[in-house]
Amino acid sequence: MTLTVVPPEPASPEPPPPAPAPPLGAEPAAVELDYLRAEPGIRSWLTTTDHKRIALMFLVAVTLALILGGTFAMILRTKLLTPGPALMSPMTYNRMFTLHGVVMVFMFMIPAIPAVFGNFCLPMMLGAKDLAFPRINLASFYVYCTGAALTLWGMVHGGADTGWTFYAPYSTVSPTDVAPVAFGVFVLGVSSIMTGLNFIATTHMLRTRGLRWHDMPIFVWAIYATSVIQVIATPVLGLAVTLVALDHALHMGIFDPALGGDPVLFEHLFWFYSHPAVYIMILPAMGVISEIVPTFSKKHQSSYRALAYSSLGIAFIGFLTWGHHLFVAGISQFDAGVFGLLSMFVAIFSAIKVFTWISTLYRGSITFNTPMLYFFAFVYLFAFGGMTGIAVATTSLDVPWHDTYFVVAHFHFIMIGGTLTAFLGAIHYWFPKMFGRMYPERWGLVSAFLVFAGFNLTFVPQFLLGNAGMPRRYYSYPVRFHILNVASSLGAYLLATALILTLAYLLISLRWGARAPANPWGSRGFEWRSPSPPPVHNFVTPLDPTRGPYAYDEPPPDEVPPVST
Amino acid sequence: MNELLRNALALPPQSSSIAREIDTLHYTVILTTIAGVTIAALVTAVFLIRYRRRSAAIPLTPRVILPIWLEVVVFGGLLAMFCAWWLVGFIQYRKIQNPPPDAMPIYVTAKQWMWKFAYPSGPTSTDVLVVPVGRPVKLIMTSRDVIHSFYVPQFRIKQDVVPGRALTAWFEAIEPGTSEILCAEYCGARHSLMRGQVVALTGDDYARWLDAARAPLVLPGAKGDGHGLAERGRQVAADRGCLRCHSLDGSAFIGPTWAGVFGQRRRTADGGEVLIDEAYLTQSMMEPRAVIAAGFPAVMPSYQGVLTPEETSAILELIRSLREVSPAQVVPPPAVPLEFREAPAAGPGPGRAAGVVPGSVPGGAR
Repeated sequence: MTLTVVPPEPASPEPPPPAPAPPLGAEPAAVELDYLRAEPGIRSWLTTTDHKRIALMFLVAVTLALILGGTFAMILRTKLLTPGPALMSPMTYNRMFTLHGVVMVFMFMIPAIPAVFGNFCLPMMLGAKDLAFPRINLASFYVYCTGAALTLWGMVHGGADTGWTFYAPYSTVSPTDVAPVAFGVFVLGVSSIMTGLNFIATTHMLRTRGLRWHDMPIFVWAIYATSVIQVIATPVLGLAVTLVALDHALHMGIFDPALGGDPVLFEHLFWFYSHPAVYIMILPAMGVISEIVPTFSKKHQSSYRALAYSSLGIAFIGFLTWGHHLFVAGISQFDAGVFGLLSMFVAIFSAIKVFTWISTLYRGSITFNTPMLYFFAFVYLFAFGGMTGIAVATTSLDVPWHDTYFVVAHFHFIMIGGTLTAFLGAIHYWFPKMFGRMYPERWGLVSAFLVFAGFNLTFVPQFLLGNAGMPRRYYSYPVRFHILNVASSLGAYLLATALILTLAYLLISLRWGARAPANPWGSRGFEWRSPSPPPVHNFVTPLDPTRGPYAYDEPPPDEVPPVST
Repeated sequence: MNELLRNALALPPQSSSIAREIDTLHYTVILTTIAGVTIAALVTAVFLIRYRRRSAAIPLTPRVILPIWLEVVVFGGLLAMFCAWWLVGFIQYRKIQNPPPDAMPIYVTAKQWMWKFAYPSGPTSTDVLVVPVGRPVKLIMTSRDVIHSFYVPQFRIKQDVVPGRALTAWFEAIEPGTSEILCAEYCGARHSLMRGQVVALTGDDYARWLDAARAPLVLPGAKGDGHGLAERGRQVAADRGCLRCHSLDGSAFIGPTWAGVFGQRRRTADGGEVLIDEAYLTQSMMEPRAVIAAGFPAVMPSYQGVLTPEETSAILELIRSLREVSPAQVVPPPAVPLEFREAPAAGPGPGRAAGVVPGSVPGGAR
């Protein structure tokens, strides 16, 4: 039935003035209501197929997931203020870090940018009215909610204690209830596949007339590359967690050597998904940064193709590096060498991006808004996190670092320093477009600075802890690690405060913020050529892509039509 | 320079033959990282300031396309640097992975949550690995339950210990002293307490330790010539399975050691103290859950009706005969593990002693 939706879409931009006129048949008013107010009522929201509304519902969901995962993190850091037993039993602690990982990875990081900003912006950046499969889009939201509910039910029911990595054979003999959490992860994966499939189809089929691949905004390339990974890799995750759940429930022995199974097989299956998954988390963040930089420096990307192709390069090479998680797991030395070398190539693609962003600033006309401060934080944190990725991909150095806090700090630099920073940058950047209101700039700058400071105080000590030899997932630790742990916990509190502050002023701005013009940043991006907030069908007049999204060397395209009421 | 950087980066002492060269690569990579990131951040900051907008109107900006030669030079250079690190790292990795042919083998069995070491010449030990200085030691490791990871930060080595496989690691201690063993792969409730230590002894000391450990158990302070009641107690303890959990050489195990405890006062799990005498020991055999030694799980079954009164006496005499065996006489004191085992005594709450049902200690169950 969804197929019936497809054909009209590519055709619709063709007839000259279809967009402004059609809906709202009753009244003579030619202006179209914006998508927030077009159809009021809870029911119309819950059954909507509008990609913008679904994006907002995802925004609420992933924000709740972030709060939940963040709460677990605060509890963990509070426990770690004390070297010995405190606050909770070891088993409770083990459940907490498992849930922190599962919630943050599968419920926040993976859907955060694609399902919210990808959903909102991708059709607008292509000049389309909606995604290719709007109902699948809505279904993906409910599948996500189902997966999240299953995971949370498993949590209330006792919670798994295996870590988010579910390593066998521990996960198959754990005294906790692994199955509901594993099944929840499986269902969340289904949602992720649906989202990815939709984006791929939309990018291929629904580009507006005249929009060629090399005219698309970089964000679309990033989301496209992400979607490819989601569609290809996620089934393997589903396979791996299903086998673990079966092993746990029925003792099938797939990963039990006593029954002829192999625990290292699980590690291969798991990382075949979960290494590309870190690119699912970081590629969209890179896409966001690639939009923020030209907008606030009013300058064309210094190399469009470098940014576009490096996303595809990361997506492709990212599939071939999973073995670098297994350097001390007992894989052959030849394998370790090959996986180590391939990992270096992923790093090069990331370096290309950083270099391109920075050189884009050269001879620009830069304004310093909150998204730009987040960009600065991102460059520093991502570059440092990425370079430490080179360090841990160096086989001999990984031997002492593997499974210590060094690795914890490394991936939090990428995941929090990279993805969360870009997520915050994105929400400030697109906030006027999504809600038609401005956020308070001064509060934005202050909280961005606090996020940056809190982040560094949290995770720089963890690099040193890893050097000193503190393994991860440690309930109690030798006293010599005490000071660094306290510093890290204090940083975590600062980071949490900054995030709560951000949430508070954004919520206040929803109602009391100044009204946003259609294009407050003076961007040339396609999505800014529509009113803020956009009408249900995205554009008042069909998008004309002849003037590209980064054409800051030419006069701006025609002014956006006046904001509708 | 080495010491300065080592301390600045919070690295532990370099106690093995390979630690120094791994650290040298570590310094190179990390200092380059810091320099590279600093340059990137500085250039960004300079651009942000130098090219800030000075007018209210939005000016047109030039489309500057990076010349291809610049990209090739920058990324070719970076890739060459990364590959050089990879090459050096891989050569070191091969060295870490391949034990020298003359390495002395020691068998390691990991289980939740302890390390057991078996020497080809006979002796075994738990959580304390005694090795000679200056001689490569090859560990042949397997696990009895889940994946563990043998990690000695001071040696810069780590190797996962996987059930169903025998994986090897090797090291050569370069000076006498102790180094901490940590489990680096999450393995369940007491993962963070699965610690031990490597005790490196000079050649002479090691030979002495090995002789003592290998000799038939004529313990200092044991009465008679090995045929007395204490010797009978040793036989009973072996037959009845006591020695599966209690050691006679001072090393802590699932249960407390029997060496050097008689007549001492020890802390109990509920925060009190108890004098270890015949009465307490007999109660511990017959009603083991009544008073638990601090830092140990309450997993011992009752021997009421299992041990005859004569056997009970023999065990008491054995423990009494061991009262002057201090752990120090057998192996240097395992400072770190003991610190941990005593930690929970401060509060009777969670810790080694509480919350463990017998079935959850596979060591006991299997």
